[in-house]
Amino acid sequence: MNDANPTASASTASMWEYAPAPERTPLEIDDRYGLFINGEFRSPNSRRWFESLNPATGEVLSKVANANQQDVDDAVSAARQALPSWSRLSGQERAKYLFRIARRIQERARELSVLETMDGGKPIKESRDIDIPLAARHFFYHAGWADKLQWAFAGATPRPVGVCGQIIPWNFPLLMAAWKIAPALACGNTCVLKPAETTSLTALRLAEIFQEAGLPPGVVNIVTGAGKTGQLLAAHEDIDKLAFTGSTEVGKKIAEVAAVGDRRLTLELGGKSPHIIFADAALDQAVEGVVNGIWFNQGHVCCAGSRLLVEESIQDEMIRRLKHRLGSLRVGDPLDKNTDIGAINNPEQLDKIKGYVEAGQAEGAVLHEVTTQSLPKKGLWFRPCFLTGVQPSHVIARDEIFGPVLAMMTFRTPEEAIKRANNSPYGLAAGVWTDKGARIFEMAKRLQAGVIWCNTYNQFDAASPFGGVKESGFGREGGRHGLRAYVRI
Amino acid sequence: MLEQRAASFTRRSIKTQSKADGLRLALSMVDLTTLEGADSPEKVRSLCRKAIRPYEGDLDRPVPSVAAVCVYPNLVPVAKEVLDGTGVHVASVATGFPSGQYPLSVRLRDAAQAVEAGADEIDMVINRGAFLAGRDEEVSDEIKEVRSAVHPAHLKIILETGELGNYDAIRRASDMAIEAAASVGPIRDGEVFIKTSTGKIAPAATMPAVLVMLEAIRDHYFATGVRIGMKPAGGIKKAKAALHQLVMVKETLGDDWLNPKLFRFGASSLTNDLLRQLVRMERKRYMAAHDFSEA
Amino acid sequence: MPQRVDVAKTWKLFIGGQFVRSESGQSFPIEHRRHGTTLNLCRGSRKDLRDAVEAAHSASEKWASASGYLRGQIIYRMAEMLESRRSEMSEALAAVGTSTPKKRLDEVDAAIDRLVGFAGWADKIEQILGGQNPVPGPYYNITVPEPSGVVGVLPPDRPALLASISMLAAPLCAGNTIVMLAPEGHPLPVALLAEIIATSDVPDGVINIMTGKREELMWHLADHREVDAVSAANLDDETLTELRQRAAESLKRVHHDSVTAAGWSKHESRCSPWNIEPFVEMKTMWHPSAC
Repeated sequence: MNDANPTASASTASMWEYAPAPERTPLEIDDRYGLFINGEFRSPNSRRWFESLNPATGEVLSKVANANQQDVDDAVSAARQALPSWSRLSGQERAKYLFRIARRIQERARELSVLETMDGGKPIKESRDIDIPLAARHFFYHAGWADKLQWAFAGATPRPVGVCGQIIPWNFPLLMAAWKIAPALACGNTCVLKPAETTSLTALRLAEIFQEAGLPPGVVNIVTGAGKTGQLLAAHEDIDKLAFTGSTEVGKKIAEVAAVGDRRLTLELGGKSPHIIFADAALDQAVEGVVNGIWFNQGHVCCAGSRLLVEESIQDEMIRRLKHRLGSLRVGDPLDKNTDIGAINNPEQLDKIKGYVEAGQAEGAVLHEVTTQSLPKKGLWFRPCFLTGVQPSHVIARDEIFGPVLAMMTFRTPEEAIKRANNSPYGLAAGVWTDKGARIFEMAKRLQAGVIWCNTYNQFDAASPFGGVKESGFGREGGRHGLRAYVRI
Repeated sequence: MLEQRAASFTRRSIKTQSKADGLRLALSMVDLTTLEGADSPEKVRSLCRKAIRPYEGDLDRPVPSVAAVCVYPNLVPVAKEVLDGTGVHVASVATGFPSGQYPLSVRLRDAAQAVEAGADEIDMVINRGAFLAGRDEEVSDEIKEVRSAVHPAHLKIILETGELGNYDAIRRASDMAIEAAASVGPIRDGEVFIKTSTGKIAPAATMPAVLVMLEAIRDHYFATGVRIGMKPAGGIKKAKAALHQLVMVKETLGDDWLNPKLFRFGASSLTNDLLRQLVRMERKRYMAAHDFSEA
Repeated sequence: MPQRVDVAKTWKLFIGGQFVRSESGQSFPIEHRRHGTTLNLCRGSRKDLRDAVEAAHSASEKWASASGYLRGQIIYRMAEMLESRRSEMSEALAAVGTSTPKKRLDEVDAAIDRLVGFAGWADKIEQILGGQNPVPGPYYNITVPEPSGVVGVLPPDRPALLASISMLAAPLCAGNTIVMLAPEGHPLPVALLAEIIATSDVPDGVINIMTGKREELMWHLADHREVDAVSAANLDDETLTELRQRAAESLKRVHHDSVTAAGWSKHESRCSPWNIEPFVEMKTMWHPSAC
């Protein structure tokens, strides 16, 4: 075996480097953004605003309204008032609004991608190729359901649930807004959406698109703010259905707060998803799956394949391939089209990630990272890495880190792989790589997770239900199954 | 995932200096090729001049010569006469190109004669019939015999990926070709290449097919420290496609392979598109096809 | 003739396929509404509940992976056994105050029919609730329902048998295992049901039935981290809220139904797949499609 790494070895050949390729589409960002209530932007009753920062530069992008109780009340009551006419509107007509929104997202895709990247820190190639197109796809897909709901539920007659409170996280801001709003509207509900504190800007652009599309006032309302605003929404008495995406810790609190009355609840929470590689897998492809599984979106992905379980006989091979592949990942300016890993979304998250990696090493795990590339001076950065020598009991093997940090462990038999994989309170996703067809099905059956990626990882689509089991939450988003949360039958 | 990964290289954005450097690099890697029944000595001589000096106009930085001129064995002496001493290699397809459907003795003599006539590099075709029938040893033995027969000329082994059926077969053929060549004797950088296609069969040098072959080369390097060369051929007509290939090589094998010694493009019309983009960058305007000599 | 003394039994808990007396060493009396006599039932404790959940959890994997065909036959066997003890069950309903013989037999018959209905669902749920999803790109994408795991069942007092059977059979047919707390006011029919289940080929631990005080048991059920879902009906708002709050810690699924007395008799609506759906988890599987 030769241990040399071809990409790292010194060379007399010409060094061909990628020049900076920043996305330069000019973007107008207002100094401040109000709340979107009853079809209009307005200043908050609270008279309070908070800053939205670009995590890659630390610069202030804009100020965003901080909604208080009165603001949340106003938004909920606007949604309540809009409900009767919206829910009575024929599905055919509702569909047309959604189709129009989908089109406008596509037509404003560049602007939305740039803004998403500036506000959240994710690489432009991901917001451009994944977040924004998928957001449009969600509206497009669900538009078509609006006049077909009577066929979606065997033998049942679906009716709207009512006013939906929807609280979304900062990792896929516009996409999560689309995941929540599109099915709710298709099913005849009205919404109050609460974006994450650090990433409100694209949701507010989406509000502009609603205005352009002529969506009736009050059908969607957007209240910005921090956790407190989310709590007010979750606890609001006039909400019929609450949908939350975020951490398991907050999800449990939300579930408690929302326990009052006959309120419907769906939760899409955290994960520590196992990613299992058998020795007979197509290794290079599996490596790509691992890369996509943990280093996509800085690892700020609830279903990230953060626990790598590798069959013992191929561990060394995996380590070498992963290290080699790490060498070609480019960390830096999220607006650069060649950036693979952008900025960490917020300082608290960066501290948390650092803390976990230190804890992992303190417990005896070995850190692998590639440090040849320097990180930008300003901004929030963390190098993608993986750790070996990890024991299942280690904190880095159990807790959701929500960063580009992979914990690698081994197994010897399928039985052991399943046992290790399922030994977690979470159950969002799981990945399996093997060339043996029968084993794929058995593994898929026995892994406790809502989504199983077989010989692939981190695939998403509006037609495919997404959501977890165990403490990763309940309810599905996407597909026919995702409609269930937004209808009474 | 393979196709997804291959597609990811096409989304790298190569701008400004890195584009100019990439275009020059790509140009220096071209095996300028003509493999027509109607090839004449005059056409080959003209191609050789193009190879030495691809662009007649003035640029701040002169453009490099291409790596080689690739012709049928009959025309090797013509090419040799023009290229001798210029640094541009003479390459020849041999071993019953393009089908490989000839007796082994004929194919071996074909290759040996091309070398005697002055070819620096031999592009051989593997026996796909035997490979697809599962007679791997036969294919392997033939590669060994050809490598011995053409020594010290360099050898490029054409797998004809478009006929192999799937990526697994491409990988298997790559590994087999590399192993066979390596078993004959030590390989210095650039002495052995694997090559996608004859250019007579589509699809040819697709990104995923090339990626599979690069992975085989990488794994051989991991295992032995020996660098095998790579030559995509067929279907790469535009500068942009060439840059995508370079990105893929850089991120799969590393900078060592970004060198005509270890990476080639089998192409003809690519040359002028590379020049066109290069001149556009330096002159800040779009050029016409007639601004460039025939390739 | 001296009058014969009845041999009175204390009704036991049904845990892990065994009839056990409560670990608490306590029982509680109910009055036989027709005879005016007193019946004693074991008063299940927190530790009994723990044992029941453990039994249900242990039985879970095997029951979930049993074929729908097998689960269907076992549930049908329950129907057969209940049919053969129709009059005895009718008597148990009399004991809890179901007024007329016709009403009692109607309820027993409806309960038998309900079991037959759910028996048939066991090998069809995937086809109705699952499906293939048309995603773009070269992927095969399917969604299949899988059982949630251990389901705690809290049936209302009335109709004691029919509601209990309906709420038991829905999660059961989908492959869940059950811990049922018999209706506190009217436990006898469910205590008898346990005896019927015990002779119905139901694997040990798949169904566990406890009698006792709701207040002493249901919060432990809501708190227990190995209970995956709770099915309740006709709870008052305050109780429901507390149940949901306590379930939040382990993110248990809580399904609550408000059903009128007449509602339980509507076979079509009570036996619809949408009564099963709250106790399954949708699993979506992606696989690339390529040569």
